Amino acid sequence: MSGMEFEAIIGLEVHAEIATRSKMFCSCPVLDTTQAEPNQAVCPVCSGMPGTLPVVNRRAVELGLRVALALGCDIPPVSVFARKNYFYPDLPKGYQISQYRYPLAVNGVLEIAVDGERRPIRVRRVHLEEDTGKLTHMQDEHGAYSLVDLNRAGVPLLEIVSEPDMRSAAEARAYGEALRQILRYLQVNSGDMQKGVLRFEANVSLRPKGATGLGTRTEIKNLNSFRALERSIEYEIERQSALLRRGETVIQQTVGWDEAREITLVQRGKEEEDDYRYFPEPDLPPLVISAEWLASIRSALPELPHARQQRFEQAYGLRPYDAGVLTAEAEIADYFEAVVRAAADVPPRQVANWITGELFGLLNRQEGRITHIPLPADEFAHLLRFVQAGEINTAAAKRVLAEMLESGDPAAEIIARRGLRQISDADALAAWVDQVLNENPAEVQAYLDGKEGLLNWFFGQVMRLSKGKADPQVVRRVLEGRLQALKGE
Amino acid sequence: MNEVLLLTAAQMQAGLRRGEYSSQELTRACLEQIERLEDRLHAFITLAPEMALEQARRADELLTAWRRQGGELPPLLGIPLAVKDVLAVRGLPCTAGSRILEGFVPPYNATAVERVLQAGAVVLGKTNTDEFAMGSSTENSAFGVTHNPWNLERVPGGSSGGSAAAVAGRMAPFALGTDTGGSVRQPAAFCGLTGLKPTYGRISRYGLFAYASSLDTVGVLAHTAEDAALLYGVMQGEDVRDATSLRAPVEAVDLSAPPDFERLRLGVVKEYRQHDIQPEIAAALEKVVRQFQEMGATVQEVSLPSTRHAVPVYYLIAPAEASANLARYDGIRYGPRQPADTLPDLYRRTRGRLFGREVKRRIMLGTFALSAGYQEAYYGKAQRVRQMMQQDFARAFEQVDVLLAPVAPTTAFPIGAHRGDPLSMYLEDIFTLPANLTGVPAISFPAGFDQSGLPVGLQLLGGPRQEALLLQLVHAFQQVTAWHNRTPPLVLEE
Ligand SMILES: [Zn+2]
Repeated sequence: MSGMEFEAIIGLEVHAEIATRSKMFCSCPVLDTTQAEPNQAVCPVCSGMPGTLPVVNRRAVELGLRVALALGCDIPPVSVFARKNYFYPDLPKGYQISQYRYPLAVNGVLEIAVDGERRPIRVRRVHLEEDTGKLTHMQDEHGAYSLVDLNRAGVPLLEIVSEPDMRSAAEARAYGEALRQILRYLQVNSGDMQKGVLRFEANVSLRPKGATGLGTRTEIKNLNSFRALERSIEYEIERQSALLRRGETVIQQTVGWDEAREITLVQRGKEEEDDYRYFPEPDLPPLVISAEWLASIRSALPELPHARQQRFEQAYGLRPYDAGVLTAEAEIADYFEAVVRAAADVPPRQVANWITGELFGLLNRQEGRITHIPLPADEFAHLLRFVQAGEINTAAAKRVLAEMLESGDPAAEIIARRGLRQISDADALAAWVDQVLNENPAEVQAYLDGKEGLLNWFFGQVMRLSKGKADPQVVRRVLEGRLQALKGE
Repeated sequence: MNEVLLLTAAQMQAGLRRGEYSSQELTRACLEQIERLEDRLHAFITLAPEMALEQARRADELLTAWRRQGGELPPLLGIPLAVKDVLAVRGLPCTAGSRILEGFVPPYNATAVERVLQAGAVVLGKTNTDEFAMGSSTENSAFGVTHNPWNLERVPGGSSGGSAAAVAGRMAPFALGTDTGGSVRQPAAFCGLTGLKPTYGRISRYGLFAYASSLDTVGVLAHTAEDAALLYGVMQGEDVRDATSLRAPVEAVDLSAPPDFERLRLGVVKEYRQHDIQPEIAAALEKVVRQFQEMGATVQEVSLPSTRHAVPVYYLIAPAEASANLARYDGIRYGPRQPADTLPDLYRRTRGRLFGREVKRRIMLGTFALSAGYQEAYYGKAQRVRQMMQQDFARAFEQVDVLLAPVAPTTAFPIGAHRGDPLSMYLEDIFTLPANLTGVPAISFPAGFDQSGLPVGLQLLGGPRQEALLLQLVHAFQQVTAWHNRTPPLVLEE
């Protein structure tokens, strides 16, 4: 098989915590499990005490349906909770309440863009389930032991399973990012990977290019960042192709991604796979989704990222790149539109340039990914309107913006305080122009002798004299007029 | 024995209000009776004398205030009762008859318990049960066998055998039980009591230590239908903590108006007549049919062909659900964890040593019935047959209002009779299982005695939510019969 070309077949399973106030089946609060003290949000229900019963959190179902609708899924009128049975100390009941044969939604689609090209990835199913607790393994003078924290046990999760439609690690990453963006748009999940609210599992197989069957696949667990997702798939593709080129076979198994060493490690083989003995959860009646309920959720659905990007291009005349940057986060897109509304006289393209250029530039110094702008949209709009009206120049406006972010003071106040109001009055400017020309007779003579490049130098001197307040266009016009007159003498 | 213990709960209610005795006197009488007979009956796993006397004291305060000022009194105020040890009572150990729960004290009340406490009842203690309610004799308890007050060599039935023995032994006027496959009705029949198993979902399962979730019901063991109605009345009704509880409005049970026998259609199950049952039970059945006819009812034979599958269907579905319900007892959070070097060994040792034989048998059976490759043939098929039974019953209840049937093929059998032969024990449940599998209510009631002086019980089954009709019919029957008034000689002896 050496020299053979392979094609990767990749599918993703995404577990997304649903950002509800309370847990899936009890009224315990959902805490930030990376911050909270262990076992603070625990009650008889989510700790699996005998005789307790689950009650479905309607809000979690609603948010799950939002995602299902956004992915264009078919949503059957009835779905069924099921018990997934296995033993582990982080699973208090000895089974996880999930959905199996009758999931919340099926047959969706998520569009991804790689290198500017858009491609649909099919979504097989979306279902609701509860999260498990967390184990911390300890080793001290008492020996090895584990601590159980049930804060996370029973937190609502949405499992979103794709078809094996992706062909590269980059596509898998794009799928993950597109899904994260939608979840954030829908306010279903913060997308904060470091807090573990979004987790991936990838299944990867190879087949000779042009073949249609599916090869033996491996499943990669523990993927908690986009980097891990991409790197582990790349690694697995490399590992499998090496095996196949040597004429060996891929074994169906579950592997874990070792973040530090950047390799996958075998967790268990097929023969060791658990039989989860799924069966319908007798403690919960089938979940009925009425047409009215679905309609009300649909009507409250926000505009989704891609639609919004297209609208930004068309309605505001933005370049696709800028529209993409501005719609990456719903909050930024909202901000843009709020500024456009408040600064109706400023062309939207200019607003976009100011946000993606100057504002992002200033914010970028503080943190990497910009999800929030700590400056009220109408304040920012004020500043842009000053520029538009010619009351301050661009250079001054940039200084004002930096100071607005720092001090939180309104633009008008900073402009007044710093005396930055632009002087466009030609008579006032003429005095500065005359002063510069009078004080530099040698340079004037050199200019008249043909050293025309000195025009910019005179311009700079006038601007400096005005402390940057002079309207540059007017300065240039007056300066050129005066020099022209001298030439004529 | 204190004569007051021979009264029904309804009579105690009246006596308390009239001030003939206090709740504390009544409670003390029960506790003394328990002390007198517990060695022989072993009806209880946990006694709660301090808690009971404190509740009684508060009841007496309310009664005193009420006599001065009048007003509304909670219906069960000051009346003692016993609770099967699979229902959580906050602050009392709850063992479910299993060593694996030794030391577990639930920090919550079962909804049924919460409601009886709200109604003013006094909880005497927790009664013995087959481990996790798996059994028909109370021989499967990790805390010893309960004896039948009518004959100490006999079982009291099960799994609510402790509650049945306590009520028959006049240790409590009535008691809470649970019925997953006859566990209220059969002990009621074996001990000469009235036992109500309501419609599935009529009484919340919250706080009932689950055996088989789709079959479990909370029920009542009492001397009379009137007492059963009293206790059932305060527990019934929707509970937000149980998603499977019935959303139907609560129906008040009015026993003052006699049922219209002229319009009553009584069904007798054809298949049951062909079944091998103890002659005295068959005779009692025919006699009760005649009595109902004399009261004006129309009698007709009804065929329920699918009921012959009740035992295999039940013994697939119940263990399947149990195998998951009992997975939480893994040695991590409850009971004495058995030391081990690896996690799988910890599970194996803890569960292997602390679960009893019958529980392990059913977990194995249920795990197998759900396992890949077999689930369709066992669990799946059982569910389909269960649906057929539900259709059979729905058809039957179009033809008749109630069905009359035996509760068990025999009266109380000797302790140890089925030892080592679980299948013969399972067959004991043939007449009780259909009501659980179809979810309909049923009531068992005393209808005679056999040659050796053991009670004979029969049951009436009604359509969904027909508890009131069942209670009214048995109440009417008890107005013209006296079987329910007999007391075991053991109780009366000085
Ligand atoms: Zn909770």
